[in-house]
Amino acid sequence: MKTWNRFKNSYLLYSFKRDPIAILSFSVLSIMVVISILAPVVAPFNAYDTSTFDIMDGETPPVWMESGDKLFILGTDIQGRDLLSAMIYGLRVSLLIGCGAVLLQAFMGILVGLFSGYLGGKLDSFLMRITDIQFSIPYLIVAIFSSAIFKLAFGVGRYADLAVPLLIVVIGVSNWPIYARTVRASVLGEKNKEYVEAARVIGISRWQIMFRHVLPNTLTPVLVISTIQVAEAVMSEAALSFLGLGMPITKPSLGSLIRSGFEYIFSGSWWITFFPGVLLVIFILVILLLGDWLRDVLNPKLYKG
Amino acid sequence: MNHLLEVKDLEVKFALRFGELTAIDGVSFSLDKRETLGIVGESGAGKSVTGFAIINLLSKPGYISAGKILFEGQELNRLPEEEMRKFRGNRISMIFQDPMMTLNPVLTISTQMVETVLAHRDVSKKDALDIALEKLKQVYIPSPEKRLLQYPHECSGGMRQRIVIAIALMTDPSLIIADEPSTALDVTIQAGIMDLLLELCENEDMALILITHDLAVVSQVTEKIVVMYAGKIVEAGPTEAVIHDPKHPYTQGLIKALPGSLQPGSRLNQIPGMMPTLTDIPRGCAFHPRCTISDTVCQMEVPALISVSDHDRMVACHMVGKTIR
Amino acid sequence: MFAFIARRIIQAIFVMLIISLVGFSIQHHIGDPIRDLVGERVTPAEREEIRDQLGLNDPFYTQYFRFVKKACQGDLGLSFFYKKPALEVIASKAPATIELVIVTTIILILISIPGGIYAAIYPKSWFSRIVMAASTVGVAIPVFLTAIMLIYLFSVELNWLPSYGRGETVNVWGWESGFFTWDGLKHLVLPSVSLSSIMLPLFIRLVRAEMMEVLETEYIKFAWAKGLHSKRVWFVHAFKNTLLPVITVFGVQMGILFAFTILTETVFQWQGMGFMFLEAVERSDTSLLVAYLVVVGVIFVVVNTVVDIVYGFVNPMVRIAGIK
Repeated sequence: MKTWNRFKNSYLLYSFKRDPIAILSFSVLSIMVVISILAPVVAPFNAYDTSTFDIMDGETPPVWMESGDKLFILGTDIQGRDLLSAMIYGLRVSLLIGCGAVLLQAFMGILVGLFSGYLGGKLDSFLMRITDIQFSIPYLIVAIFSSAIFKLAFGVGRYADLAVPLLIVVIGVSNWPIYARTVRASVLGEKNKEYVEAARVIGISRWQIMFRHVLPNTLTPVLVISTIQVAEAVMSEAALSFLGLGMPITKPSLGSLIRSGFEYIFSGSWWITFFPGVLLVIFILVILLLGDWLRDVLNPKLYKG
Repeated sequence: MNHLLEVKDLEVKFALRFGELTAIDGVSFSLDKRETLGIVGESGAGKSVTGFAIINLLSKPGYISAGKILFEGQELNRLPEEEMRKFRGNRISMIFQDPMMTLNPVLTISTQMVETVLAHRDVSKKDALDIALEKLKQVYIPSPEKRLLQYPHECSGGMRQRIVIAIALMTDPSLIIADEPSTALDVTIQAGIMDLLLELCENEDMALILITHDLAVVSQVTEKIVVMYAGKIVEAGPTEAVIHDPKHPYTQGLIKALPGSLQPGSRLNQIPGMMPTLTDIPRGCAFHPRCTISDTVCQMEVPALISVSDHDRMVACHMVGKTIR
Repeated sequence: MFAFIARRIIQAIFVMLIISLVGFSIQHHIGDPIRDLVGERVTPAEREEIRDQLGLNDPFYTQYFRFVKKACQGDLGLSFFYKKPALEVIASKAPATIELVIVTTIILILISIPGGIYAAIYPKSWFSRIVMAASTVGVAIPVFLTAIMLIYLFSVELNWLPSYGRGETVNVWGWESGFFTWDGLKHLVLPSVSLSSIMLPLFIRLVRAEMMEVLETEYIKFAWAKGLHSKRVWFVHAFKNTLLPVITVFGVQMGILFAFTILTETVFQWQGMGFMFLEAVERSDTSLLVAYLVVVGVIFVVVNTVVDIVYGFVNPMVRIAGIK
């Protein structure tokens, strides 16, 4: 209750209420999140259940066009799957993988950054070397390569079954360095503050100091970069799925829907690519806008100005 | 009588989102050829803004809202930008505080010197280089030919400031405005720079406006002095007179605060409180909250700058005549 | 300066070794060099013999060193699918990708630098606002969507530009180039515009931000105080300082650009290295995959090192005092 009151009176909420873009983005994002969580309830069809669609319904245009069908509001894809349902399920998968990957990235990166920054010495040099090397290789290349390798190693069938966790791992491992660097920088700053010294003097163990005292104070920058990371993770998953290295067509994500629809824009079935594309862009856009707002709000430099 | 520079009732405002702030409120002074004027005050008093206003180089939200700036009879503040440009760096040069920040790190010294004269005079590049060499010698830079080819980071602080002064001299200006020219330098170098400025003014027939917070420097270098507080002039007059017989409580406080006048081991005299920011200037006399001799009238009315005694002394104080305890 | 270059080169070699190690491990564990050599119809006994002959039962380190040695001599194994040395296959596909990247870079430079500078000098102008808004949205659009949209608009609907392939190419000393024919050039337009769309928002904003920061510095103020013409202040004093950090970012982004060629080439069926990579994945052509990794690694490291060294030359503070 006390935390809620603090939040209600906080600068964060105050600034949020005055920023129309933040409010709009947050609302849109919340709606999307809710819809995707409630996918089985909200979507007209179960996009994963192959028995619910018929290839004879394939390539039906949206309802407002000629030969459209009331049953399939946004049309169907080439397999007869309702596009709207596929999009909702796809959104859900993208969200799941995006958040999962970022959690993994944050977990790895925070641990590395924390140990590296606080314990220093040879461990620091070693961990930072690794971080720098991986940092110098573009994360998308790492992701594409890792997923390609996994696909080769596991074979297509097993890969399809393990797609979601594999993608989480692949994207998670490809982009953790930024968390490590950010946290390490924060920790280095906190390390020399008085409360750390005080804790040491009292005799609290290193681990307790690291995790219960220093870590919470380094989380603001983590929060700031996390929104961008989620957006990047979603984009990575879409890219991988588009290349055929991500979600299989049986359990499509927005990226794979776009892929399957691409071949058909020449024959006129533009909606298969268009609607998932629009949804993907809006999704990423609201995440980025919220991230921008969050970054401005949490930026300590701006308090002075 | 035509002065070289005449500033009349200058007013500078900053147009911000939540309103307008007055940075300079009714400042007037004049300067003749070969005269040196010191503008003294704490940070934020408006002295740098005055300097920038003279050449109309105010940063974005700032603008001249009232008053006149007359240079050699011409009204500068109303000139369109292109006309104003012809004065800047040409008839009036300005030098800034930190020579490391003033010089562009990616351009050679020679480029930065030569372009000044090329922008204002129709001379060949070779002639411009010769002028640059001559000016470098005037500021006592050893091996000037070598310096020309170097970059700013290859020179020491004192040398850089001399180079900046040489740049200011490139066009043989009539007036140099020096904004805290020695503050960023070591104390030992400071004296050298100040001496150089004085010498140049005498030899080159130039006027100098020295903007600084350092009373000690001002007392040794300038003939006239103007003391600013919260955007207004509170005292003006010949330097020696003002320093030895300050009439405004603020000036008196400043002089007393100089450590030189004290016995070793005794406490420093401070003026209690701080100068107000532009957003909270008090009603009446801006100094009254910190003044030991203020009275009710000081809280109500803004004191006007009036002449006292002789020798062009001006003071803005209701309580003139009383000394602070 | 020499120390600076030497350090950069050593760093480059180090990263290359790591990439080669990763590449080799992949080949070691996933590849099947026997199948690559003799196909699938081989008895287990024959397999073992061939394994021994090829030295595949040697310890990891020995095999790794052999790999590196062969790589330095240009031998990166055989492509299973093409039945040719992997390096040869890549070399034949490289011109396509390189030309694409060149045109994209030109587009980037021609638009982001003038655009960013203008937006910095006149931040409140319509142009500036549109650019900022467009780049915010642009960042959210994945490159393949941009590509598809462009194809839909310019190929399907308007029929102005071709939508796939490289078109007519001319063989210039072994280099299949699309630059010399109208057809080749037409085919280059959509792919390079798509590819540049990823980096354009970033670069315009970067140039604008850097320029705005530079315009606030003391030395620019001093330049104004000297009474210099505006053009000189902007393009001589401010420009070079703006460019320095942009060069650094550019080096890093080059690598990312290569990653995105994979996506772009897929959409346009552009027969470059990226497209080849994906085909290799489909066909389980491990040698080709590993070869691609090594080659792209080399390109990437070389480009980065060159950019760093160029930066060292351009920035007088580094060039003269060797500070870095």
